[in-house]
Amino acid sequence: MALEIVESCVNCWACEPLCPSKAIVEAKPHFLIVADKCTECLGDFADPQCATICPIEGAIVNELNEALNPAGSLTGIPPARWAQVQREISAR
Amino acid sequence: MALPTIPIIPSSGGCSAGSCGSSATQMSGMSDDIRRRVQDHPCYSEEAHHHFARMHAAVAPACNIQCHYCNRKYDCANESRPGVVSELLTPDQAIKKTLAVAAAIPQMSVLGIAGPGDPLANPERTFATFRALAEKAPDIKLCVSTNGLALPEHVEELAKHNIDHVTITINCLDPEVGAKIYPWIFWKNKRIFGKEAAAILIEQQQKGLEMLVAKGVLVKVNSVMIPGVNDEHLKEVSKVVKAKGAFLHNVMPLIAEAEHGTFYGVMGQRSPSPEELKNLQDACEGDMNMMRHCRQCRADAVGLLGEDRGAEFTMDKVEAMNFDEDFLAEAMARRVALRDKVAAEREAKHAKAHAPQLPGQAVITLHRPQKSALAGRPVLMAVAAKGGLINEHFGHAREFLVYEVTATGAKLIGHRKTELYCSGDDSCGEAESVLSRTLRALAGCEVVLCSKIGYEPWGKLEAAGIQPNGEHPMEEIEPACIAVWHEMLKAGKLAPKTESKVA
Repeated sequence: MALEIVESCVNCWACEPLCPSKAIVEAKPHFLIVADKCTECLGDFADPQCATICPIEGAIVNELNEALNPAGSLTGIPPARWAQVQREISAR
Repeated sequence: MALPTIPIIPSSGGCSAGSCGSSATQMSGMSDDIRRRVQDHPCYSEEAHHHFARMHAAVAPACNIQCHYCNRKYDCANESRPGVVSELLTPDQAIKKTLAVAAAIPQMSVLGIAGPGDPLANPERTFATFRALAEKAPDIKLCVSTNGLALPEHVEELAKHNIDHVTITINCLDPEVGAKIYPWIFWKNKRIFGKEAAAILIEQQQKGLEMLVAKGVLVKVNSVMIPGVNDEHLKEVSKVVKAKGAFLHNVMPLIAEAEHGTFYGVMGQRSPSPEELKNLQDACEGDMNMMRHCRQCRADAVGLLGEDRGAEFTMDKVEAMNFDEDFLAEAMARRVALRDKVAAEREAKHAKAHAPQLPGQAVITLHRPQKSALAGRPVLMAVAAKGGLINEHFGHAREFLVYEVTATGAKLIGHRKTELYCSGDDSCGEAESVLSRTLRALAGCEVVLCSKIGYEPWGKLEAAGIQPNGEHPMEEIEPACIAVWHEMLKAGKLAPKTESKVA
């Protein structure tokens, strides 16, 4: 049982000091979670701390590869709107 | 003795508003004690921002809240807005960079930590930087800019490090409004959303403000004006923060472009027009000192306000330098000497300002107040200038200073950038010409003063109802603006707009 940080991570350091298991390490191109150490905060906190402070949707996933913070859940931007704006920008 | 590897180049650029002399209204409501404490701080004193430079050390990447005007993908070289940096620094790197900048730019008086996240959400990194700099460059003022969520728990430590200036961003007092600005906060190991989150943030900000004031720390409040969200509400914010002891309020316009990827940018929330911003600043001014010279700089800005010399001090350049004690002592001596010189010049300028007025100024109104020939309306004038003088070519100006000119003087009310906030390539694509952007940026101004101007822009400015004026090259801004105003008055152009047709 472990969480994983994926490539959308922006290396903001917010998660690192919060991890009760010291499982998060600075790495290139982005931070990583040492799977052996990660407990998903079970027994320490109600919510996994890294995913609770992470500002980037989709950057932290569980073992099923599901985002703990799915698109739209943190910014409030509906994914359809986001996609439309990206199309508009690239069409310019 | 080690020689500096970065040449000493005094900054000549930056903002150059001439209004910042004795007539600067921004300072008029301040006590002598506060005036003394901010006189060398470019972000706290309008007058100081001509003479002194600041640097932001980007050591604080983490944030504990989300704001709808921020995108946490903060690494973009082409964007200039708060929260964006090119290079995140460790405290050790930040200390070296600060010492390097302070050695190369003797005007450097302030080191601020403002992000790219929230300094107090990174307390170890922030305070490690402050601790070392207090020891190695004790003449540099330290300041911090925070969203306020973690402020109360850090007030003691801030006071201990002799941090004399704190900026809190306060956008609202009402959680209903706050919920439209802040989608969530991280609080006591939980992510909290909506109104509940806003209520906690607001409470912490107000508590932090009160605690800092009680400790004698100077507090400036920043607010982002978001049309239709908090614009009306900010008048109340201004009253309340002043009553609690904030000494300066800085209302800044929202920056929102779709390409920034922020909630407001993507959802089409508009920014205020310069006129809307000025009207709100004017409405708040009755209550407290308003700041008009803010440039909303990056979290790694270097130099005078209005210029960014960050590219001269990348870490690879800084790391190659050697700082021994002699080098640091000499650099500090140069800074102290420059500050003394500036203080003496300002003293002389103030003394001159109290001398009898020049002929041609508003003396007549004393005798004929009701039907004065000088009762012309205020005129907005845009000025292309550096170093306090009208010395820039129209086409070379990256920003115009905007003055409101009346019979009684010229007052700096803001600046207009002529470039887009994001000036990158494809992803920031735009087809507009620079000239038409500049024309739009100057909306509301009736005159443009510059050292020179080409034939084509001259015609287009006139067609847009803006009078170009190149007759005051190398002159000081304020007297030139006042002279132009008097010419307009003489030519009958300054009758109140609404009455002119009736009469």
